[in-house]
Amino acid sequence: MAKIVAGIACSHVPAIGVAMDRGTTGTPYWEPLFKGYAPAREWLAELKPDVAIVVYNDHANALSLELIPTFLLGVAGEFPIADEGFGPRPVPLVKGHPELAWHLAESLILDEFDMTIANEMPVDHGLTVPLSVTCGQPAQWPFPVIPLCVNVVQYPPPTGARCFKLGQAIRRAVERFDQDLKVVIYGTGGMSHQLQGERAGLINRSFDTAFMDGLTRDPVALTRLSHTEYMREAGSEGVELVMWHVMRGALADDATEVYRHYHVPASNTAAALLILENGRAT
Amino acid sequence: MTEPKDYESIPGTYVYDGARGRVGYALNMFCMSLNKAENRARFKADPEGFLDGFKLSPEQRRAVLARDWLGMLRVGGNIYYTIKIAFCDGLTFQDVAGMMSGVSKETYVQMMLAGGRSPEGNRFKSAAAAQTPGGPGPADLAAKESANG
Repeated sequence: MAKIVAGIACSHVPAIGVAMDRGTTGTPYWEPLFKGYAPAREWLAELKPDVAIVVYNDHANALSLELIPTFLLGVAGEFPIADEGFGPRPVPLVKGHPELAWHLAESLILDEFDMTIANEMPVDHGLTVPLSVTCGQPAQWPFPVIPLCVNVVQYPPPTGARCFKLGQAIRRAVERFDQDLKVVIYGTGGMSHQLQGERAGLINRSFDTAFMDGLTRDPVALTRLSHTEYMREAGSEGVELVMWHVMRGALADDATEVYRHYHVPASNTAAALLILENGRAT
Repeated sequence: MTEPKDYESIPGTYVYDGARGRVGYALNMFCMSLNKAENRARFKADPEGFLDGFKLSPEQRRAVLARDWLGMLRVGGNIYYTIKIAFCDGLTFQDVAGMMSGVSKETYVQMMLAGGRSPEGNRFKSAAAAQTPGGPGPADLAAKESANG
C-alpha cells in the first residue's frame, strides 16, 4: 500500500531559483534564507521518498487565459521546463509517475473531484523552485513528481475548504494504490506577498505566523478564511496559501510540525518552509 | 443577486476577476506571446508592428508602449502576464513592484529589507476604517467569518 508520510509547505519565489541558478546563494542578501533550507534538504535526503505530489500554480506558462482549469493533474512520464519569458531554468527535466498519477486522476474524479488531466505540460518555477529548495542542484531529481496545478491566476481560486477536501481525497486515493510507495506532498506558494498595484510589497508576519501555527493546531479553522481576507491580510498573491490546504488535507489529523523556516524578504515575498510528518504524534 | 465584491475595498489592488478578464484578455494574451524567444525578438525590434497582431484597445496599447505598469492593471492587465513585458526589458519583479508603488528602486528594496509594507493602514481604502491594533490573525478572522455565517 502506498502511504503519504510527510508534507512540505514551501514558497516558490522565482528569484530563489534565479539565485541558485546563478550561484549567488552565499551573498549577504540570500545567505540567511538558504541557511534555513539546509536542514530540510538533509531531512528529505534521509527520508528518500519514492514519489512526490507537488501542488503548485502555473504563472502564465503552461496555461494561458485560453483554458483555465481549477485543478490540473499531470499524468505524463516527463514534464519539460517552461520558458517563462527569460529562457527555461537550467534544471533537470521533471520525471512523472504515470501509474500513480492515473490512479489519482481516476480515483479523484470518481470521488467527485472533477480533475482536468494533462498529458503534456511544461512546468514553471511554481514547481521547480520548491524542488530546488529541498533537493539542491542534482543532475537528476531524486524522485518522480506528480504535478497538481491549481488556478490562482484568474479570480476566484478554489476555496481553502475545497482544497483541504481535495487533499483528503488524495490521501484516500494514495492509500488504495497497491504498491509500497513512500509519498510526500508539497503545498507551495505564499506566504504573504503582493506583486501588483500601489500596495505591492505588503508583508504580514503576524498573519503568516498564525497561519503556520494553525496548520497543526487547527487546520480546519484555517480553511474558513475567505479569499478577501487572504488578499487583505496577506497581499493579493498571498491567496496562493490555499494550496497549502491541499497538502494539509492529505496528512493525518495529528500530523506534527518537525521543521520551520521563515524569512523576509525573498524579493517581494515572505518565504517559508515547513515540514509536517505523519505518525510522530505522541 | 450579484454578490458584492468585498475585495474592491482593498487599496492599491487590482483583483483579476471576470470583469477585468473581459477587458484584459487580448492584452494578457499579447504578454503570453512573449514566452517565445522569437516573439521577444520581434517585439523588441518593432514594438508597434508586433502589437498590430493583437486586438488591444488604444489605452492598452499606450500603456504597453509607455511601460505604464499601473496603467496596464487598470485596463485589464494581470500582473503574472504584464510582468512578461518587464522580463523582456530585462527588469525584475522587484523593479516593477517599486515602480507600481511609486517609489525609487532603492526605497522599495530598503522597505522590503525592513520587513515589507505593513498591513497597518493598508487594509481598507478608507484607511481610518476598521483598523485594529496588530490586526486580526487567521484564527480570529476564521471565527468572525463563521460567526457571520
